[in-house]
Amino acid sequence: MTAIQANKPKKQRSLSGPRYPLLTHLVLIAVSVVMIFPLFWLVTTSLKTNPQAMRVPPVWIPHPILWRNFYDAFTYQSKSLGYIPFLVYGRNTLIISILVVSGTVVSNSLVAYAFARLKWPGRDLLFMITLATMMVPFPVLMVPTFILFQRLHWIGTFRPLWVPAWFGGAFNIFLLRQFFMTIPQELTEAARIDGCSEWTIYRDIVLPLARPALAVVALFTFMGVWNDFLGPLIYLTNQNTFTLSLGLQSYSSQNGGTEFGLLMAASTMVIAPIIILFFFTQKLFIQGIAVTGLKG
Amino acid sequence: MKKRRETITALLFASPWLLGFSIFLVYPLVASIYFSFCNYSVLRPAVFTGMQNYTDLMHDKIFWLALNNTLLYTVLALPLGLIVSLGLAMLLNSKVKGMALYRTIFFVPSLVPLVALAVLMQFIFNGQYGIINSILRYIPIHSQSWPPNWLGDPAFSKIVLVLISVWGAGNAMVIYLAGLQDVPQQLYEAADLDGAGWWAKTIHVTLPTISPVILFNLIMGIIGTLQVFTVPYVISPSGSPMRSIYFYAMYLYDNAFTFHNMGYACAMGWILFLIILALTLLALRLSERHVHYGN
Repeated sequence: MTAIQANKPKKQRSLSGPRYPLLTHLVLIAVSVVMIFPLFWLVTTSLKTNPQAMRVPPVWIPHPILWRNFYDAFTYQSKSLGYIPFLVYGRNTLIISILVVSGTVVSNSLVAYAFARLKWPGRDLLFMITLATMMVPFPVLMVPTFILFQRLHWIGTFRPLWVPAWFGGAFNIFLLRQFFMTIPQELTEAARIDGCSEWTIYRDIVLPLARPALAVVALFTFMGVWNDFLGPLIYLTNQNTFTLSLGLQSYSSQNGGTEFGLLMAASTMVIAPIIILFFFTQKLFIQGIAVTGLKG
Repeated sequence: MKKRRETITALLFASPWLLGFSIFLVYPLVASIYFSFCNYSVLRPAVFTGMQNYTDLMHDKIFWLALNNTLLYTVLALPLGLIVSLGLAMLLNSKVKGMALYRTIFFVPSLVPLVALAVLMQFIFNGQYGIINSILRYIPIHSQSWPPNWLGDPAFSKIVLVLISVWGAGNAMVIYLAGLQDVPQQLYEAADLDGAGWWAKTIHVTLPTISPVILFNLIMGIIGTLQVFTVPYVISPSGSPMRSIYFYAMYLYDNAFTFHNMGYACAMGWILFLIILALTLLALRLSERHVHYGN
């Protein structure tokens, strides 16, 4: 009897792999150290004076803890680096994010509704072509798109970065269409028989049900804007219009080898909001990647 | 009448994309093909020159250098990234305590925005002050070239970029993990009955079952890796030292926005597209026999 019981957990464990939980833990911890260490080093360096940041052998824990770097990066003041308008970069990034995220959610949900729930000539053909265009790499489109915005005299403004978001994008149309298709037809048919317009069905039935999918789209779009470098690099010309990514790059290329403490404080401010956002939306996030990845 | 109204409603819903598709996809695609056959420097109107850009590219040493760098980087980073992220996903799929925490920790690096990632790694791999070398100096190798000067040494700079890309490969890992969790438990139970060990189960059950996921990550990897731009550009816009990290997308960018050779840049874009297309088709073709789709 006891022999059987003792056997049971062992067998269960072998189903999923590790026969040696201790060894598994050790490997997991070792990898965790590799994953976390660069970020640990980022944060500790951001709290060091410059000589301390460059000391060999390294100083593991900053002493004294120097908050000054963050203050300097925030208030534009640095004796050796001069002007670092990080608050302005942050504001610019937020403005662009809000415009892009709202445009993406509004336009793609409308278009996906047309693809998923309405009948019109050419719909399936256009959908196939739309999917095929996801293969086209951005560098192919980059030059004509730039020239288009140049003709419109939009270079140097935020417009090239957010206006296209209001016209939909292949990937998000695909994602939302797949989700809208899972909403039972009976639900919308009943509303149609009751005399509801398509607009009402879209707004009052489909959108509320699609909230998780819309949240995934919004989250990933926001991350994309925050991360985007090539777009701002091409379209933004004046330092006062830079985003955080572009600002950090120009700051680093001018002063990279000099003030590591300050540079790491600035990097921390670019990274921290994304990681904090992740902690609040973790489940949605992982589901989003898994769904977009597996169905894409 | 009713049908016509239906169509009009539908077209109104679809109208953002009908416009966006025409303005931001069809127009740039057509224009890009045309420009690729033109001498076009923005300041002056485009002049049709036929195949000139393409033949020039074939004789352009920097084009070949950037292409070689990119292919070499892809050959290193892509398989390594695929294997490491699969290994990590398998680790994260084992049933031990505290897994939620491990999963979070493994994923966090891939959240780091690329510019900040490049800035941070430049500091960590700094030959003089970097923490990596501070640690490596404890290993007593008596050689002038120890520890390596990483990003300052053309022999090591690409390797650093490969390591950075592997460190941030959390997306592929999460996709693998989702695939692993979908592997039916009965398959493992059946394998257990046959007396299969961990290795046999991995080879004969796990890998075949998740092969579509591997293929997906491979294709996404091909598309992404060949376009690598942000991290090397932030580390060095000119790809120093000795252009060792000067990649295809950087040369394309320079042609377009530094040298204002718009036509040349478009031709480069199309060649990149063809390379991506060819490799993707090759991957699909080679995988035909090895990828198993359920149902």
